[in-house]
Amino acid sequence: MRNTRGVVIGGAAIVFTAIFFLVPFAFILALASQDRVQSNELSFSWPRPFVLLQNIEQAFSARDYLMVIAFINSVILTVVSVAALVFLSAMVAYVWQRRAGRLGNVVGLLVLAGLIVPPAIVPTIWVLQGVGLFKTMPGLILVEIAYGLPFCILLFRAFIAGVPRELDEAAVVDGANPLQVFFRVIFPVLRSVMITVITLQSVLIYNDFQNPLYFLPGTQNATIQTTLLNYQDRFTSQYNLLFATILLVMIPPLIMFIFFNRKIVAGMAAGSVKG
Amino acid sequence: MASTVSTPEATRLAASGTTTKTGRARRKGPYPYWFLLAPGIIYLVFFVVPTLSSFYFSFTRWDLFTSRWIGLENYRTFFAEQALVIGLRNTVIYAVLTSGLKVVLGMALAVLLTSKIIARGYLRSVIFFPVLVSAIGVGITFTILMNPEKGLINTSLARVGIDGPGWLTNPSLALVSVALVDVWKGVGLATVIYIAGLVSIAGEYNEAAQVDGASRWQLFRTITLPLARPATASVITLSLIGGLRSFDIIWAMTRGGPGFASDVIGSVIYKQYQAGFYGLSTAGSVVLFLLVTVIVVPLTRWLNRGED
Repeated sequence: MRNTRGVVIGGAAIVFTAIFFLVPFAFILALASQDRVQSNELSFSWPRPFVLLQNIEQAFSARDYLMVIAFINSVILTVVSVAALVFLSAMVAYVWQRRAGRLGNVVGLLVLAGLIVPPAIVPTIWVLQGVGLFKTMPGLILVEIAYGLPFCILLFRAFIAGVPRELDEAAVVDGANPLQVFFRVIFPVLRSVMITVITLQSVLIYNDFQNPLYFLPGTQNATIQTTLLNYQDRFTSQYNLLFATILLVMIPPLIMFIFFNRKIVAGMAAGSVKG
Repeated sequence: MASTVSTPEATRLAASGTTTKTGRARRKGPYPYWFLLAPGIIYLVFFVVPTLSSFYFSFTRWDLFTSRWIGLENYRTFFAEQALVIGLRNTVIYAVLTSGLKVVLGMALAVLLTSKIIARGYLRSVIFFPVLVSAIGVGITFTILMNPEKGLINTSLARVGIDGPGWLTNPSLALVSVALVDVWKGVGLATVIYIAGLVSIAGEYNEAAQVDGASRWQLFRTITLPLARPATASVITLSLIGGLRSFDIIWAMTRGGPGFASDVIGSVIYKQYQAGFYGLSTAGSVVLFLLVTVIVVPLTRWLNRGED
């Protein structure tokens, strides 16, 4: 009885999710594979002829290979920001968790504020201009780090609370200095939460549209998301190329999802409940 | 690495070390405050300083180089000009609508996905995947799907005899349509949070209640709903903060249009910035800050009352 029920409800849910969640993605794939004339019909029909590869090639080569530049920029932005976030937030979380005190309370307050307060945009541009980093990749990276720190610190702190203090103390007795204690003893133990932080932040920063739009304007500086928005206006009569671009943009998160599904889901659930 | 350090010998050394004078002196040693220096400076310069200075600049006419104090004028404009007032109202509607739907649908899907049905892993993956994809990509795709004549949604509705509306072209519907796409993209996160909350509820409660002859609905009302309260609190807090700040999907789908019908504070800030009204744009940021604080902080307090 129970089993039949599970099969019936499960089956209904499969049909329901197929309509609501798979069709939009199938639609992207369909339009990305159609030729120009067919794609401008905007209809969810079988591509004849099937020209997915040609469309992808054209999407890449449009506007002097702007997509390639955008991909490189997005990769640099994501990799550098995430790498810095991992090191910096792990160090803060470690000292914050281990050393209670007035400074710890200040850190706590700043972390909480960072999670709630929406960033003030034009004053950030003013600061970036003041330090000579407006419209530069390093400037955008520093902003991404500043915005990402609170959440990453919380994730690391929750994990470090479960790492026994005896580890640090033993290392100190063995003559390790603070840097050695952190990098040789603590850092390696954080591996599992580190994977969560890396996957989560990579997806967030790669998908970020608002910050590149404000802090890194200009064609040569384009990231993948600002380029996509740009192509929305440019490819109004070439929907096949627009959707080939969307498909390309969605592939990196898809790969992340296939490999780190559980890590991402667990991290998002844990982080949000604690935050 | 960890295992080599936590050998019995190391632990013994650590134990004896703490009893000696040098050990006690070193106790504070491995947690130096200078670890906080680099991240602290980055955070101060690129987050705290802009946030604090926004209060000043919102009272000025400002071109990034010189600013002139004009008192409350920016705020007066913000609450007087029709286009900006609409943006303010829309922001609240959008945030409440998206978080309400995410709570209800996320809870329903989580109950479904924790019950004994087939293909749970597949279903969870399919519902969660949109969380990870680009908001701009999703926005563009749904703009096409919602095309009034040729879009897949209305052509499908026409097949069953329904005359679909102009989802994004009808001014009174545009904001709701965008909110629905936001829910489509974000409900997976709410579902996952609820699943984490539901699996932590001990099975004995349900079993005991079933023995007492409680119906499914009674089980949900009296056991699942109250015990999933922490999850509800996080879903509401997260989606309200996200909803009040929202910009990406709205910008990709309507640019705030038609007219100002789907403008929110996020898009108003961008439009004023593009137009060169930096003081007014910054006043928008401050209004958003106040809105988030006034709505989210007391609500979180109230939702988490009785805990800790």
